[in-house]
Amino acid sequence: MFRIDFNKLRFLVCDDNPHMRRILRTLLHSFGAREVYEAEDGATALEMYSHYVPDIVITDWSMPIFDGLELAQMIRQPESKGNPYAPIIMLTGHSEKRRVTVARDAGVTEFLAKPISAKGLYQRILNVVANPRPFIKTKTYFGPDRRRNTTNTYIGPERRLGGEVEVMTQPSLLDKARSTV
Amino acid sequence: MAREKPATVQIESFADHHVITQPNPLRKVLRRIAPRDLDDPVARAEKALAGLSGEFKNWMTIEADRLSDAHAAILRDGFTDVTRAELFRAAHDIKGDAATFGFPSAAAAAESLCRIIEHAPDLDEVPSNLIAHHINAIQAIVRERTKLDTAATAGELSKQLRDIADVFLTQANRDRPEHLEAVLAPSIAPAE
Repeated sequence: MFRIDFNKLRFLVCDDNPHMRRILRTLLHSFGAREVYEAEDGATALEMYSHYVPDIVITDWSMPIFDGLELAQMIRQPESKGNPYAPIIMLTGHSEKRRVTVARDAGVTEFLAKPISAKGLYQRILNVVANPRPFIKTKTYFGPDRRRNTTNTYIGPERRLGGEVEVMTQPSLLDKARSTV
Repeated sequence: MAREKPATVQIESFADHHVITQPNPLRKVLRRIAPRDLDDPVARAEKALAGLSGEFKNWMTIEADRLSDAHAAILRDGFTDVTRAELFRAAHDIKGDAATFGFPSAAAAAESLCRIIEHAPDLDEVPSNLIAHHINAIQAIVRERTKLDTAATAGELSKQLRDIADVFLTQANRDRPEHLEAVLAPSIAPAE
């Protein structure tokens, strides 16, 4: 059984509603987190993301001007100076399946529908910490692998083409991002 | 987790995509615990949340008043991009927060209102009473919360509003299959 050392994690919380920010702050501090940065809109969150280099981002969807979906899309820029790999947990009152798909396609790592619960939030954080998924980069997508399961019984069209595998390494973008702070 | 030593990213390139795997930078925050470890962070957080509950009624009143203000702006200025967005955000916040604050029926009524705003083909064509009844219901649910016999009434009120709104939305979207599908799709929100 595993437990998370929350005091080693840095969180960025983005929600325009001050009551929800207070709830989130209370939950994260109770889990043991010490570093919780807060933004009330996407633009401020993006600035704080570059400045504080959080380990995990928790964002609302609906916010004025620059929403959580756009924030996720801005973070998931593979050529950007910042860290494009940070886990993003979308915490939102949107509760339709279509919304989950849209969030997933924007590069969101986990989706948590409100009303929030301590257990639900803890489980999402545990999942992004313990079970990170590889990232996929295509012409139209950059983000965590959207395939959470593999099945041998799939009979539909193969949407990813294979081809010869080329393995290459490069310096960590995460390290590059942190060195700029 | 601040500073880490450089990690390498492995990239596997295929015909139309790359698979990028980087060593888990958060792995070090995981620690194995003994099965008899009694520390329960979730229980601790629930207790802390309960400690905030004395403020929930006040917070809910603020949220409900914000919704009424947004509605007043619409009655004054009509539906514009700005007034519509503010009404939706106020309702949407209540939809997301109210159950946490102990007002699940207000959350249900707010969800019904959000669906009207999101899926009505033309908000000016929505019967004005339908929107007003949702807002009045939310105000009443928040105001009367302390009376023990109001919970069942509040639940019934929200359910009836939702039923009426769904009939309207189903009829109004009969030629808009995308919206009709969204209106009829089940919610993924956790059950109460």
